[in-house]
Amino acid sequence: MFRYIIDRALQSTVVILGVLLLVFFIVNLTGDPVRIMLPPEASQEDVERLRVQMGLDRPLPEQFVRFMVGAVQGDFGESLRYRGQPALKQVIQRFPATLTLAAVTLAWSLPAALLLGTIAAVRHNSITDNLAMVLALLGQSLPSFWLGLILILVFAEQWNILPSSGYGGPWHVLLPALTLGAFFMARNTRLVRSGMREVLEQDYIRTARAKGLAERIVVVRHAIKNMAIPVVTMVGLDIGQLLGGAVVTETVFAWPGIGRLAIDSILHRDFPVLEADVFFIALAFVGINLVVDVLYTWLDPRVRVR
Amino acid sequence: MTEISSIGEPSVASPSERSEWKRALRSLTKSRAAVVAVFVLSVVIVVAIGATWITPHNPNEQVLERRLLPPAWVEGGTRSHLLGTDHLGRDILSRMIYGSRISLAVGFSAVLISGLLGIAAGLIAGYYGRGYEATIMRLVDIQLAFPFILLALAIIGVLGPGLRNVILVLGVAGWMVYARVVRGQVLSVREREFVEAARAIGASDFRIIRRHVLPNTLAPVIIVATFAVATCIITEASLTFFGLGVEATIPTWGSMLSDGRAYMATAWWLTTFPGVAMMLTVLALNVIGDWLREFIDPRLRNL
Repeated sequence: MFRYIIDRALQSTVVILGVLLLVFFIVNLTGDPVRIMLPPEASQEDVERLRVQMGLDRPLPEQFVRFMVGAVQGDFGESLRYRGQPALKQVIQRFPATLTLAAVTLAWSLPAALLLGTIAAVRHNSITDNLAMVLALLGQSLPSFWLGLILILVFAEQWNILPSSGYGGPWHVLLPALTLGAFFMARNTRLVRSGMREVLEQDYIRTARAKGLAERIVVVRHAIKNMAIPVVTMVGLDIGQLLGGAVVTETVFAWPGIGRLAIDSILHRDFPVLEADVFFIALAFVGINLVVDVLYTWLDPRVRVR
Repeated sequence: MTEISSIGEPSVASPSERSEWKRALRSLTKSRAAVVAVFVLSVVIVVAIGATWITPHNPNEQVLERRLLPPAWVEGGTRSHLLGTDHLGRDILSRMIYGSRISLAVGFSAVLISGLLGIAAGLIAGYYGRGYEATIMRLVDIQLAFPFILLALAIIGVLGPGLRNVILVLGVAGWMVYARVVRGQVLSVREREFVEAARAIGASDFRIIRRHVLPNTLAPVIIVATFAVATCIITEASLTFFGLGVEATIPTWGSMLSDGRAYMATAWWLTTFPGVAMMLTVLALNVIGDWLREFIDPRLRNL
């Protein structure tokens, strides 16, 4: 089991190094990062100064080594927008906001999906099932920025009961969490429903029914337990994506998380911060996946043998 | 010669393709949702193709004395602007019709690019295995560590916005899913008898891949691609909404939403109609994807 965990950790490290390589590659895509970091009207001297300051006058391989050595230590250089501030610090400062939004989103969308998906599976082809599926399809098809705009219009402008954007009291998180959760609830409802239907067709469920257990007990005591593994996968995927910052939702609601930081740093040509941000998000994603895999070996002994 | 080889190599594509189509049609008509979805998508496609002929107005024509006219059925609306006008006096309906072109063009071209890249990578990884497989699958893992929209944003931020870049970026950002699916399929096909038979009579690797392996991998690819078109349409609109997508001079659903944002409380029609159009298109694609999955192979429900 330890071997397996170590193997997975090594794989994750390779992925992280690859992520760094990709980030370096993207920023150097156009050949001259300084040109895109500075506004077009910048003077030639400014361009040269920034180039030397960032070490971009060196040959590319040397730059790459310097970038990797710095990045592994969490050093992505200084923010161009907030002089003197380390780029990674900017990202870490924004992380609590993303974490809050992710937690609230998951806190409502996951129980909702579990409940709705289970009911839909148990009452297969009933009106409840069909309604749940329509709701799920809608949730997956609504562009989140449009849903966000509508929620702002209804709750903030028309009824004036919730703040439309920003970060502050507990009320501020509701609309973004609702917007962001719609998609997750929709997807998870479908996953729970199809997983649950699969479980309900198993032999041990038939046995449980045959020995006369009430359907409620069959579902609660026998079926739900066997949903643990798919649900862990699902939640792991959700958390990975949520920590990646909801770029769109955070921007629509002016939520100061790491997703909005990505857009901000692109718009302000703050490339060191963009690099740090993208790296941080990928790191979170890979880390969560590793945790999920380790959880697996604990939940499902069959994995340990493999 | 071709005659002989096609007899010699047992064909893997379904023997009677016509009956396959019939089966598809029958299954389609059974699902009411799928019929409606195919209809909606067809309408959008026809409208997009015929945009030049059916738009009542030039989508970019600004008539300032006709600013913010409500839809025809609301008080103050006029027949000549069925869905009203925006803050510059441009006809909403005409802009929406032209916008459908961009959405579909971006969605389908981006998926074509990522599909081709992903299929090629998946075939190589699955068929040749070893080093190729390890390298390609690690690349997949690396790129999967980035949220789709974040990767697209980062590349757009460097390359600059614009229609061509958006298509390219969405295409390159999405290949991994196909590579994964195709590789999985190839692994299960590779050892089958018909591949062995083809190899025994001396068919080249390229021929085996093209004639025997590839056709057997396409079913799940089509399912994935259908959902991916929907995702690309939403992502393009999101990028454009933030000013990092298609040029502002081109009418798109995303730019209409972004323009109309400031007028949401006073002129709801600016954002409602393009939003509904986008939602219906995406919904139709998702329903069709669901149906395809159910039709082709219900076991693929985790795709």
